[in-house]
Amino acid sequence: MYRSAEVFWHQIFGSIVAFLLVSFLGAPGSAKAQTATDQLSGKLVITGASTLAPLIAEIGKGFESLYTKVRVDVQTGGSSRGIADARQGLADIGMVSRAMKDEEQDLHAFPVARDGVGIILHKDNPVQTLSDEQIIAIYTGKITNWKDVGGKDAAITVVNKAEGRSTLEVFLHYFKLKNTAVKAQVVIGDNEQGVKTVVGNRNAIGYVSIGTAEYDESQGVPIKLLPTGGVNASTETVRNGTFPISRPLHIVTRTPPVGLAKAFIDYAQSKAVHDTIKQQYFVPLAE
Amino acid sequence: MTPSSSNTSFRWPSDRLLLWLLHGAASIAGAIVILIAAFLILEALPVLRHISPLRFFTDSSWHPAEGLYKLTPMLWGTLLAMAGSVLIATPLGIFSAVFCHYYAPQALARPYRRLIELLAGIPSVVYGFWGLVVLVPLIGEIHPPGPSLLAGILILTIMILPTIALMADASLANVPQHYLRGAAALGLPRGAAIRGVVLPAAKSGLFTGVILETGRAIGETMAILMVCGNVVQTPSSIFDPIRTLTANIALEMAYALGDHRAALFVSGLVLMTMIIALTIAAEWISRGRR
Repeated sequence: MYRSAEVFWHQIFGSIVAFLLVSFLGAPGSAKAQTATDQLSGKLVITGASTLAPLIAEIGKGFESLYTKVRVDVQTGGSSRGIADARQGLADIGMVSRAMKDEEQDLHAFPVARDGVGIILHKDNPVQTLSDEQIIAIYTGKITNWKDVGGKDAAITVVNKAEGRSTLEVFLHYFKLKNTAVKAQVVIGDNEQGVKTVVGNRNAIGYVSIGTAEYDESQGVPIKLLPTGGVNASTETVRNGTFPISRPLHIVTRTPPVGLAKAFIDYAQSKAVHDTIKQQYFVPLAE
Repeated sequence: MTPSSSNTSFRWPSDRLLLWLLHGAASIAGAIVILIAAFLILEALPVLRHISPLRFFTDSSWHPAEGLYKLTPMLWGTLLAMAGSVLIATPLGIFSAVFCHYYAPQALARPYRRLIELLAGIPSVVYGFWGLVVLVPLIGEIHPPGPSLLAGILILTIMILPTIALMADASLANVPQHYLRGAAALGLPRGAAIRGVVLPAAKSGLFTGVILETGRAIGETMAILMVCGNVVQTPSSIFDPIRTLTANIALEMAYALGDHRAALFVSGLVLMTMIIALTIAAEWISRGRR
């Protein structure tokens, strides 16, 4: 299972090591993709958002089995790294787990899937729904007890994400909050760590990728996803675009893609990968 | 150490070869430390160049994305977690070693020592995971939120306990048997002999153990990251969540760019300075005693 805590730590450690190596050696060897007329071959370096990395790695495996001479190398480091690496040519393709910003119009972006960020509570928490204003008040420390929003008399544990994570950006952007205004009791890194924190604390509130939360919920993990803006948080509402805190997942290139990169992007946007996307708890784009 | 320059055996070619090999090995070991320090400074320079180092202590908070770089709460977090765990683990470790050496029957002492060695071998992620799913909810029942300085201190205590226990065990084993027999001959009861003779004789080994466990407590990352809550604040009680300098680097490095990234290397520099200060203090104290 990709989304296990163990893998998460492994990833962190791996990215620190990779990062140190990169710092020491300069750029990762981004071998130029060779374009052969009949058979594609070469190495494709893809870096960026950790949300997208497992999905792109799986798509990469499918792509490698189609073109046996191709190697796809996926590295994580956040959407900002995906943008930076694609711009500087350190990577052939960047992964960005949010909508493209205005100053990023120089890049060519291709949506591959959608992801939603859902508010989660412990299953035993009697609170069934929270308005946007209540969530803002909880995250800015104006409401600190569940009884003020219809729950029992217990202090609220606010779970926030570490600086730089795109889930944090999506969350702050939707609620129009600044991270300096957030009064959190716990700061976490990975989605799965967020789920574990809420499971371990009946009075916690957190936010994670809906794909992760929905999967964990179906596996009997005692959490529940709250509706936002009157819309149920589910992969279904993320797909049809009605769920408000959702985000597109992009892969980007600096120049219009040709050869190997183009073949990969076409493959990643094709129907052939829809099952892979669902297996990773993301939502394929509607045709 | 004995001076070797006057040693005539270095005239043989094979010895000269050995000497060069030793020179090489020693300079590699030394160079690694220098290189790491140089690398840290080099990577931290971009931010130090246009931000005064003072701002790492005077800014209002740590929000690198918004240009605020205060490190002091994390420095306190590291120091408090370290101090708390060392204060608990040291007596625990020394007493367990004394028990193991002088009171426990042979049949118990042997498996007990193996158990402690096993404790030293468990990866820190395992401690962290246990802390996250068992310890943190438990503390949360007593005093919410749960992830806290206390959780960090307890996890660190368990992790550094084997270091001090094994060091104390080894240094007690080095105390000559005739010291204890002499004390017994003088009619001292066993407790008094241990207090008055054995512990002073083993002092320098115990002290080394304390230095080693302190180093491990400062450097620990994964377990701390999982149980401490990682909120950047100076704690006002042991139930408050904290973030340590090491956790800060591990938590944000994967997603940091530009000044944010360089600021994380400044965290690394501060950590390195702490370790250097610790080493100097240890040297100073042990020299003062002799």
